[in-house]
Amino acid sequence: MGSVRGVRTALASLLLLGLVLGAWQLATIPKTATAAGNAEYQAMVGSHKAGLPSPIQIAQTSWRHLRSPFHDGGANDKGIGIQLAFSIGRVLLGFALAVLIAIPLGFLVGTSQLLQRALNPYIQVLKPISPLAWMPLALYTIQDSALSSIFVITICSVWPMLINTAHGVSSVKREWLNVARTLEVHGLRRALHVVLPAAAPTILTGMRISMGIAWLVIVAAEMLVGGTGIGTFVWNEWNNLSLANVIFALLMIGLVGMLLDLAFGSLTRLVSYQE
Amino acid sequence: MAKSPLIAVDNLSKIFSGPRNREPVPVFERVDFTVERGELVCLIGHSGCGKSTVLNILAGLDDATTGQVLIDGLPIAGPSLDRGIVFQNHALLPWLTAARNVVFAVRSRWPSWEAAEVARHCQKYLDLVHLTGSEHKKPSELSGGMKQRVGIARAFAIQPKVLLLDEPFGALDALTRGLIQDELLQIWAATQQTIFLITHDVDEAILLADRILLMTNGPRARIAEVVTNPLPRDRTRQTLHRNPRYYDLRNHLLDFLLSRSGRHVNGAPRSAGARPVNEALESGGLQ
Repeated sequence: MGSVRGVRTALASLLLLGLVLGAWQLATIPKTATAAGNAEYQAMVGSHKAGLPSPIQIAQTSWRHLRSPFHDGGANDKGIGIQLAFSIGRVLLGFALAVLIAIPLGFLVGTSQLLQRALNPYIQVLKPISPLAWMPLALYTIQDSALSSIFVITICSVWPMLINTAHGVSSVKREWLNVARTLEVHGLRRALHVVLPAAAPTILTGMRISMGIAWLVIVAAEMLVGGTGIGTFVWNEWNNLSLANVIFALLMIGLVGMLLDLAFGSLTRLVSYQE
Repeated sequence: MAKSPLIAVDNLSKIFSGPRNREPVPVFERVDFTVERGELVCLIGHSGCGKSTVLNILAGLDDATTGQVLIDGLPIAGPSLDRGIVFQNHALLPWLTAARNVVFAVRSRWPSWEAAEVARHCQKYLDLVHLTGSEHKKPSELSGGMKQRVGIARAFAIQPKVLLLDEPFGALDALTRGLIQDELLQIWAATQQTIFLITHDVDEAILLADRILLMTNGPRARIAEVVTNPLPRDRTRQTLHRNPRYYDLRNHLLDFLLSRSGRHVNGAPRSAGARPVNEALESGGLQ
């Protein structure tokens, strides 16, 4: 039964894709006949004006990119793999920094009600600030565009991780802490062997949310600061009016984002437990 | 020192801060009893009389409002590996397998032990509670009885001076309860542990205990009687009910729980009932 349902789901998915692509292909068939009387207007706006690319054109463009993903022909001609690697690298660096800040801080906040109450208003004010709004401040103080985008990634990744870590740590079951107490388990051993595994699923959920946000933000940050990365690529191709390239980049961004999310999903499954 | 009791509880009381503008009333007061080395003592009473609080104070997880508890002549200061606890709801760490739960306790007790030594020691106690073959299952994959067996193995494995069991079989079905009671008796015989057990099950107390402490209803609960079990130590669940003294003891305990536990509220003399009851039981029954 399960496999039958799987086949039906796959068929429905493919059918949907086929319908959308078919409609898209039909809508983008170049019009050969130009209405009479409009010739003057056509000349004025440029008769070679590119419409939205057809799925076939996009497939051709994608194939061209994917054939040599890591070629490097100078600042304006880097393979899509290199651009994505730049973006992923920045996200991972910024994310790692956020982990280093948010997890220990979250542990502290989670164990101290006083700290939790004292820090809460600041977190509530800082959390809703759009990460990109930090960019001018980052550029001014750090004076380096690549580092600034990493900083922006860090600042947007910190909040979900911090909040989830604090929540996970503060809601560790009392009975497990009592087990630790009666076994005279204190300090680091208690943190690593009781609190951390107990809170791990909550913490990893926070990390997964953070990673999702970070991947959203890096594209925008790179569009803003330029240089390298998939966001810069999108912006450059927009300036080249190459919508096929832009759409190809969008697909890549979605694909990488999905893979990152899947990775964190399986990590979460690894540390989750059933009571 | 050898003759002093292992546990000496003296004039214990506990007051929980209640709602405002109401006089705080002690849950229990003037509780005192002793537990000798190698003895199995049951505390029996209705829900809400503060049994669990007494045990938590012995465990060091809770503080008494007045009075003190001496273990081996020393006042307790917080929880300690000297006192192993079997929790009411087993309190296993759900992310560890049965074996790792026991290993965690053993490593806490003997941090310098080699892995092989730890494993051998843990296996011994897992075998004692008949968990052989299920060591590598997570608690969520174990039945309620098996979880409680892991809890018992974990508590015995650290070889504490005294074991504190808080209604360990309360959540189990009658069949499983009987099996684990037998196992507990076997381990007790094998390890010579001192055991303090809380229950509200009269038959459990008669089967297991050397002495039974009867607690009145709260608030202001007291220990009204201390009944020494007159039945022979080699009693088993199978033969227990054939002993004529069993029914006298059972009726006496039930009688206490059903009618007299509520009537000791205002200052019945301490352990006044204990001696006559035991004499009566030993001379062949009450009335």
